[in-house]
Formats: sequence, C-alpha cells, structure tokens
Amino acid sequence: MKEGVARFWREIPQRYNFMGNKCGTCERVFFPPRESCPYCRRKSIGNMKEIKLTGKGEVVTYTIIHVGPDDFEEQTPYPIAIIKLEEGPQITAQIVDCPLDEVKIGMKVESTFRKIQQDGHTGAIYYGYKFHKCYNNK
Amino acid sequence: MEQIGVVSYGAHIPRYRIKAEVIAAVWGKDGQAISRGLGIFEKSVPSVDQDTATISVEAIRAALKRCTLNPSDIGAIYVGSESHPYAVKPTGTIVGEAIGATPDLMVADYEFACKAGTAAIQTCLGFVKADMIDYGVAIGADTSQAAPGDALEYSASAGGAAFIIGKNNVIATINHTLSYTTDTPDFWRRAEMKYPSHGGRFTGEPAYFKHITNCATNLMTKAQTKPQDYTYAIFHQPNGKFPVNVAKKLGFTMDQVKQGLLVPYIGNTYSGASMIGLASVLDVAKPGDRIFMTSYGSGAGSDGFDMTVTNNITRLSREKAPSVAQLVADKEYVDYGTYAKMTNLLFWE
Repeated sequence: MKEGVARFWREIPQRYNFMGNKCGTCERVFFPPRESCPYCRRKSIGNMKEIKLTGKGEVVTYTIIHVGPDDFEEQTPYPIAIIKLEEGPQITAQIVDCPLDEVKIGMKVESTFRKIQQDGHTGAIYYGYKFHKCYNNK
Repeated sequence: MEQIGVVSYGAHIPRYRIKAEVIAAVWGKDGQAISRGLGIFEKSVPSVDQDTATISVEAIRAALKRCTLNPSDIGAIYVGSESHPYAVKPTGTIVGEAIGATPDLMVADYEFACKAGTAAIQTCLGFVKADMIDYGVAIGADTSQAAPGDALEYSASAGGAAFIIGKNNVIATINHTLSYTTDTPDFWRRAEMKYPSHGGRFTGEPAYFKHITNCATNLMTKAQTKPQDYTYAIFHQPNGKFPVNVAKKLGFTMDQVKQGLLVPYIGNTYSGASMIGLASVLDVAKPGDRIFMTSYGSGAGSDGFDMTVTNNITRLSREKAPSVAQLVADKEYVDYGTYAKMTNLLFWE
C-alpha cells in the first residue's frame, strides 16, 4: 500500500462532499474543516459544527498551467482558479470542460466529481472535486 | 395496486466528441461511408480525469437534484458497467460515499456487457417490492474500450444514467419486467485484456436481434400489449441501424423510437446506452405516456421493461439538472491524437 492511501482516505469527506465546519461562536465557515476557529480560539473548542457546503462559487482569479506536475502533464494547458465558495471559504481548484478563453474572473462555477490522481497504473485511484461552469449559469 | 418504479433519474455524457470521419481518416477509410453504414456521426470521449465512477456520480447527483430524497434513505446501489475502474474494489462504494448514502447500504458492481445497468434496475425493483429497502439506485455507465483500427472504434463511447427506484413519488411505474438469456459468444473481453473481441456479423442476427425480439415479444405477451400501445420505445443502440431495424421488425415506428435514440450523436455508451435513452424519454414524457424498453448485453441477454408515466412527473424538478438533449449539445471536438491520449491508447510500461 502506498503511503498516500490512508491520507487520501481520511480526506474523503472533504474531497467528495465538501464537508467543512462552522464556528459556533462567530459563525465563520471553514473548508477544509479546522479543529478550532483561529478568531475565537479557545471559545470555539468543542463548538465547531460540521456542515456540508454546496460546492458552488465564483472565480476570484485564475492562471493557466502550461507545465504541470507529473499527474497533470496530460491535461496541460489547464486553468487553476481560486474560487470563493458560496459559504465564504476560498479554495484552489482546477477548472474543467471550459475552453481556456472562456475562463473569466467572476464566472459562476460548481463542483464536478473527477479523478484527481492515481498511484500509477496498478495503485489506488484518488477522486475529488474540480469545477466547471454552472449549468444554466445559475 | 402499489406503484413501484422510477422516482428520479439523471444522466451524464462527457463533453468531448470525435467525428467518425476523423477516425476513418487515420485508418485510410471512407468516413462518410462508415457513418452512413453504422448510422453514427460522432461519439463522446471521456477526458483523462473521467471514468465510470465519475460518470456514475455525476448521473446520480443529477437525479438527486431533481427530487427531495435524502441520500441516507437509499438502501442499495448497483452499478452496471464493463469498464469499472478497478477489477477488485466496487465502483458502488465510491458512488455511495460521493452522494452521502453510506454506510447503511447494500452495494455491488454488475457486469453483463451492455445490459448490466438494466439488470441493476431489476435488482432494485425486487428489493423495493420485498420491502427490504425504501429506495435503490441503479446505474449503467461506461467508458467503453475499442482497439485502435477496430470497427468498434467508431462507436465505443462514454456516458451513463442513474435511476432511483422506489415506491413513493414514482414518476414512471414499472408494470412488468422480464429477461431473455442464452449462452451466445458474440462479444467478450477476457480477463486482463485491454480491448474486447467480437464475432463481427455474428453479433447481429443470432445475438442482438434474437434476444431483443424474443424479450420484447415475451414482454408484450405478459403485459397484454401491442406496439401501438406505447408512446416511446427504447432499444439498446450499438449503432444507428440495429435499434431502428429491430423496432420496425417488432412493429414500432420511428416516431416512437427517435426520442430515445442517441447513438448517432454520442456513440454506443454500452451499459449507459438504453438507460440514457430512457432518461431522454423521461425528459419530455407526460402523465399517461407508456414506455417500452429493451436492453441487450452480449454474451447474451435482454431485459425488457413496460412502464407508465404518472402524474408525479409534473412535480419532479426536471429543470434542476441538464436534459440529455443539453448534454448532447454541449460539446467540444477533439482530433485523433487528443482522443488517443484521453482514452489511454498510448499507454505502455
């Protein structure tokens, strides 16, 4: 078993279903989830509530990757964007199914389930979220 | 009488397409003649980050968007495919986790060439009828394989559809289902082989036509119906000719067949083929419409379904997920080199 399997397995709730959490004191939402709220500190301990995020958001900024890491070489050139999720957190993710010249700042996007990487042709396959343009632009 | 049937549905088709004439040009063939012969103009191509698991997840998520079902009420997931990403590790476990239906869940992967998805519908129907589960999910999805230069290369494509089967808020009642199965070696893939083998013309008369014709005839006898009683008819579609010919042979018209006939524009999605056809019909179906579906899986067998659309279809939020027509229309063409990369034709170790 490769070292990555257990780590990836632990992150399945976030990678598949956008499970984040919310500080019960200040209501800030975190993704990926945090043990405690960095703003409320000790007041948030034991007061962090798990929530499922919608997986929808908007492109804050993006870049086009022309020289990708090993697992992404076949996909170049591809856009990587910082996406502000509806609930507030900002994440970095790949944009798929969109011609490069159509990626825009402010574009509404939603998550899609994709293969992220794999341990070669014999190892485990790791799935998770990427983003594409919203269906009907909503 | 208790109604059991389809509660919601969803489909997914990868966005990339390759034209039959582009493939034909690589092998020095006449693309237009091949397109006319097969009745296929272009086919869908999965991108490098799509496989049967990702297509299945997108299809069932579309089905869940259309209804108000809580995923934790789903008691079983069966995924039919001949291109499961793992030989050992069920696709259904990934799908179950990705929709939040785990852990109190029955899961298994099915394989019966192109009819594994409709076999999954029958399984869910049985469990619901036996009151063992409230809702079951049946998925048929494939990223089908074709050896470079083989006749299958013009048709083998990718896509899938998912159906939630239950007894509450049923949009299409499954009145009758039956199967017709024999040992007919028309198409197969041996263990550890990358590409399938087939019997050429043998895949026609003794295989596709015999099984679909017998299954359909037996079903209409059981249901005491005739072709004219149905609004829509869906048949497995390995190419554009077979389903049209078998429909005519059975007495169905093109008007009944065309809504569920997607193969000319997306190719043969194998386990997804007849199920995407059913999804396309449900996109436009009205209360009272009667639907006839017969799948076909090489090896060989056919599953037949007689369904009636209920008033509940008007309350299903069909617009919350893309229709099959929208999925077919949203496309980007690739050349043969890109297609080869996306379908892993260039892999070596």
